Amino acid sequence: MNIVVLIKQVPDMEKVRFDSEKGIVDRASAGVEINPFDLNALEAAVSVAEANNGTVTAITMGPPRGKESLKEAVARGANSGILLSDKCFGGADTKATALTLAAAIKKIGNVDIIFAGEKTVDGDTGQVGAEVAEFLNIAHIYYVDEIVEVTDTYIKVVSDILEGRYEKKGQFPILATVTKDLNVPRIPQLKDKIRARKEIFPVWGIEELSEFISPEDVGIKGSPTKVKKIEVPKSSVRIGKKERENIDAFLDEIVEKLKSIKVLEA
Amino acid sequence: MKRILIFAEQKNGTIHRVTYELIGKSLELLQSSQGEIDVVLLGDKNICTDELQQHQIDNIYHIEGDCFDKPDELLYKENIVSLINEISPEIFLIGATTFGRSLAPRIAAALNAGLTADCTELKLDDDGELIQIRPAFSDNILAHIKTTTSPKMATIRYKEFEASKIVPGHKAKIIKLKPYKDNNTLVDILREIEAREFDISEAQVVVSAGKGFKSKEDLGMIYELAELLGGEVGASRAIVDDGYIDKTHQIGYSGNRVKAKLYIACGISGAPQHLAGMSESDIIIAINSDASAPIFNVADYGIVGNIYEVVTLLIKKIKNA
Repeated sequence: MNIVVLIKQVPDMEKVRFDSEKGIVDRASAGVEINPFDLNALEAAVSVAEANNGTVTAITMGPPRGKESLKEAVARGANSGILLSDKCFGGADTKATALTLAAAIKKIGNVDIIFAGEKTVDGDTGQVGAEVAEFLNIAHIYYVDEIVEVTDTYIKVVSDILEGRYEKKGQFPILATVTKDLNVPRIPQLKDKIRARKEIFPVWGIEELSEFISPEDVGIKGSPTKVKKIEVPKSSVRIGKKERENIDAFLDEIVEKLKSIKVLEA
Repeated sequence: MKRILIFAEQKNGTIHRVTYELIGKSLELLQSSQGEIDVVLLGDKNICTDELQQHQIDNIYHIEGDCFDKPDELLYKENIVSLINEISPEIFLIGATTFGRSLAPRIAAALNAGLTADCTELKLDDDGELIQIRPAFSDNILAHIKTTTSPKMATIRYKEFEASKIVPGHKAKIIKLKPYKDNNTLVDILREIEAREFDISEAQVVVSAGKGFKSKEDLGMIYELAELLGGEVGASRAIVDDGYIDKTHQIGYSGNRVKAKLYIACGISGAPQHLAGMSESDIIIAINSDASAPIFNVADYGIVGNIYEVVTLLIKKIKNA
């Protein structure tokens, strides 16, 4: 069973700074890490592979430092990784990203399941998974929070969608995005980290993918959505009252307020 | 003339309320330019469209079939793409519900169109071109986006726009269509295991608990306070992860977003991930022992003190009120 997991390297959201004056994201202000949602996708891929004698290939698209994320993926159980990196891939929106990822999956060939996280913490669109599936002309299942059964030909899962939880059975090949509720990602052991450090990853650029994609389809050229402006809203600060001494009287004031907004009966 | 097409999501025949918000926004967009608003509804032939017809829209394309009772993205995609190819709307809007967010990219990719996710504002610029505004980086920035392909497609966050109102006497035209395709051999949707009936995002009053509480049992006072105020109990991610309460109660970026009339945060420090889910509430009360907790930056009323003592005192005062 051939499994692919799509991962993205993102800034550490706890540390990244936003400049509201200049309207920019200071990516240098924070380190990078694997998108937290993708760790659940990776865990799903590895555990399905372990139980079904499969292999897991992690794919990431981005600058050369993306290799670090592939190393981490291998430390966490992936068998191999491929870095999609080329200057012309830069500035890609979800469509161009999905076309590039789909091209790489076509090049790998004979993939049974593709796992991805439900969204990324930076782009935050949740669109790439379904777009990849459409470009591959295969089905997708979103928001998987339980894997019920895996056989040689299909996967049965529970999808948390449309204000309910639906059991869906998808024939291979299929793409599934997973939620954080699906599993708890394993912590890599030291020996796995050491092993992963030596791993060498192929780098595929536009030339390696030329059989499946043309330069017009990738990066900023292939992106129909254009960011015209970035606004960094000043964090919403309310000029409220803060009380630490006379709490009793302050609570009386609050109770009066609750009456005036009719949360409490006057 | 602009033609805006809106996807009307339905479950068990009930049309999702975000649909009316999309109609409301579309009416606003068309105030300064000529245009028409159409809705596409997929579902059983007996779905009641009386209410929808009274909104100020032109046509309702009803693709009839009970195959649309389940969240089948492939089938919905095939049918909507076929309709779009026939009627060529300039703009196509979809609510950013879970189903909408799964369906929209599928349709966009099939049409080779760009798609903007989870927008919180739409505008027309001086040239009449659509500007889509959306938060990114976990709600820390707002990006203004234009699309070069057609139709301009966007998913729109629920509860951002004012819903349209019924116009008595107005009756939109219904165009009934047979499904272009009615079976999907790739994915079999076996059954709905459970419906999500509890939805905290609708709550008007939310009393939330965080790490300041030392055990699951200690949340008793939060349930009591919520009940006294006719509200629901919310939670920070930390105590959901610790198993104090299930995730349907989680408030935040990766949980539920609320825009409550009253939000009381008890023992919640206010990490950005939590603030993203509640800071748009009308009145926010924060109780925390740490005076430097970021939650106080978004609070109208901040109480620095021991949560157990303050909550107990507040309950007592409400009971006597």
